[in-house]
Amino acid sequence: MTFKNMMIVALLTFSLAAAAFAEEPKNAAPAGGSTPAATAAAPAMPAPPSAMAPASSQPAPATAPAQKKAEVKANKAVTLTMFAIIIAITLGVVVWAAKHTKTTADFYAAGGGITGAQNGWAISGDYMSAASFLGISGMISLYGIDGFMYSVGWLVAYITVLLIVAEPCRNAGKYTLGDILSFRTDPKPVRAVAALSTVAVSTFYLTAQMVGAGKLMALLVGIPYKASIIGVGILMVGYVVFGGMTATTWVQIIKAGLLMSGAILLSVLVLVKAGFNPIFFFEQVVTNPDIQDHVSKLVLKDGIVLNGVDAGQRFLEAGLFMKAPLDQISLGMALVLGTAGMPHILMRFFTVPTAQAARKSVIIAMFIIGAFYVLTTLLGFGAAIHLTPQAIIKVDPAGNMATLMLAQQLGSEIAPILGDLFLAFLCSVAFATILAVVSGLVLAASAAIAHDIYVNVIKDGHADQHEQVMAARITSLVVGAAGIIIGIMAENANVAHLVALAFAVASSGNLPVVILSLFWRKFNTAGVISGLLVGTVASIGLVLVSPNMTYPKLVAAGAQKVVAALEAKQAALPPGQALAEKDAKTLAKAKVDAQKTGTSMMGLEKPLFSLKNPGIVSIPLGFLAAIIGCLLFPNKRSEEMFDELYVRQNTGLGMSKAIDH
Amino acid sequence: MAEKQYDWSAIAKNPKFVELHHKKAAFLFGWWIFSLIFYFLLPIGAAYAPGLFKIKIIGVINFGYLFALSQFLVSWGISLYYARVAERDFDRLTRELVDELHL
Repeated sequence: MTFKNMMIVALLTFSLAAAAFAEEPKNAAPAGGSTPAATAAAPAMPAPPSAMAPASSQPAPATAPAQKKAEVKANKAVTLTMFAIIIAITLGVVVWAAKHTKTTADFYAAGGGITGAQNGWAISGDYMSAASFLGISGMISLYGIDGFMYSVGWLVAYITVLLIVAEPCRNAGKYTLGDILSFRTDPKPVRAVAALSTVAVSTFYLTAQMVGAGKLMALLVGIPYKASIIGVGILMVGYVVFGGMTATTWVQIIKAGLLMSGAILLSVLVLVKAGFNPIFFFEQVVTNPDIQDHVSKLVLKDGIVLNGVDAGQRFLEAGLFMKAPLDQISLGMALVLGTAGMPHILMRFFTVPTAQAARKSVIIAMFIIGAFYVLTTLLGFGAAIHLTPQAIIKVDPAGNMATLMLAQQLGSEIAPILGDLFLAFLCSVAFATILAVVSGLVLAASAAIAHDIYVNVIKDGHADQHEQVMAARITSLVVGAAGIIIGIMAENANVAHLVALAFAVASSGNLPVVILSLFWRKFNTAGVISGLLVGTVASIGLVLVSPNMTYPKLVAAGAQKVVAALEAKQAALPPGQALAEKDAKTLAKAKVDAQKTGTSMMGLEKPLFSLKNPGIVSIPLGFLAAIIGCLLFPNKRSEEMFDELYVRQNTGLGMSKAIDH
Repeated sequence: MAEKQYDWSAIAKNPKFVELHHKKAAFLFGWWIFSLIFYFLLPIGAAYAPGLFKIKIIGVINFGYLFALSQFLVSWGISLYYARVAERDFDRLTRELVDELHL
């Protein structure tokens, strides 16, 4: 135990040092085109119209010069103090949790000792990433109601979790997805494939989160990208390795509490300004001349002329952002069905003692998550009214900074120091958010590798408690280290589609086999394996040939149009007069891009599949493959064991008590 | 671990269990499908019925916004309704079944 404590102290100093190492960023102002939260916020949404320049579809940082004039600067001393407080509190939790983490049940499922209410908060903390917190309100502040409609799917997803998976998983499962799927099938191959899909989903999601975290920290407090990733990574590994599920749960609960306090506080400030009258609030949106001007310009790109109140009203109508309905529906399917197949969410249900507690936890989580998204409307529209969309775009073209700017402004209207404090508080909420989400992901991936692959496939289930816990800890360390390395390597990669991909794999691979395992008598080994593999491969494959990838020839074609347009503009100018500086820069860049040639990663000149979100195709494929695979290779034993599984999942009889020793 | 041995197929045929399973399946899948249909009306409607979505209902607040807001209320409503039915029917039936088995 003393060794453990020493390690924790060492971790604390190390991560603080990493934070302090952050030298004043002289011109480390993140290069233009950095869209930290949006990478996760807008899984493969159509590129914002404002970023129509062809280059926006490829990794920008190397090419786009810093064109930012405005930026949000958090008071570094205050913000870092708040970070240190959060780190200190969470590490305190880790020290306490480490004392109670002795068995595998403790490590993976907090000994089954989490209550329904605690788990509800932890689910919310696990689920709401910096993307929902900053990205969705930013989207609302720039594109109006589309952002709100987008947030709906994130809540509705929990109906599937509540009705279909939460209680059966609690009753029939133990620690992982593999436990549920291998119940009446041939355990080794099923566990191996389930672990593979879990690791795939977690890696996609984790990479997006890590890259987002690095960029966000750089943008907010000026901590360099690599230092942020290493700092966040070390903390996340520390929580998971030493504190297991207990520490992860409490980090998530603390984060959810902070996030909700921040959102409520800011919403109240917005409501005060609208006299607590929602109708007046929306009138403010419609009649705001800056919003009207912003919308006029947005719709003008589609050749529509709207002015004055009509333009303001258009902000409350759908379609300013989401212009590809099929893609939207496809994304909706992946969200609504994928959440219930997310390994890190499923895992949360093994931490509560009974099915009733699992049910209660989902309902509590639904109220927290739902309330948060409803408040997001206030924050997003509030930012549009009080900051103006133009000012938000100046700081970040994707709008991710809207909430933070709003906090600073509304706070400083009361007292200047309050603005700084409030901004620093929200920055630390973002920080806690990142920590909570990545810890859950690392734990889920480690459980799949250590529990499914190592203990049950390699060691045939013959490993004592000590060895199992050791394996779990070492795996978490390795997974976390891998997360840090991938995060650093992916700095300039285009990670925007990774969150959508994670949901696509979860909805097309995991969800069909979970549902069929729990509810279909005939389901068997062949069905699980074919369903998981086809669902996973189809989602990844379709994304690889989709418009998410970079197609140099398409970039070049787009750039040629820009060149033609700008040259025409130049020709129209009176002789001797040059283009404005901004246009001249764009022209120079477009000329370079227009020379691009070659093919995408997959050797394609243009996308084979026109949607950015594969769900609409891959989900039915996953179900079909599972059903066909199962019917082709029927298995008597699986059918006979259905009664046992079905009685267990409905009644909780013979439940594997997480407290067993 | 002293796990009790159960005769699973006998339990599966127990009338109490059959009742539980029928009631539960009907409720769960029924409401699940309802919630999915209700949800997909939102993106489909926003894309293919913009005329309906832009009708102003209260002041400048239009049907689209209220419909999106109703998604939250409906989701919450389903969750609370499920909690009530589960406590009243499913949990009770389960308890009765378990009591019967332990006798």
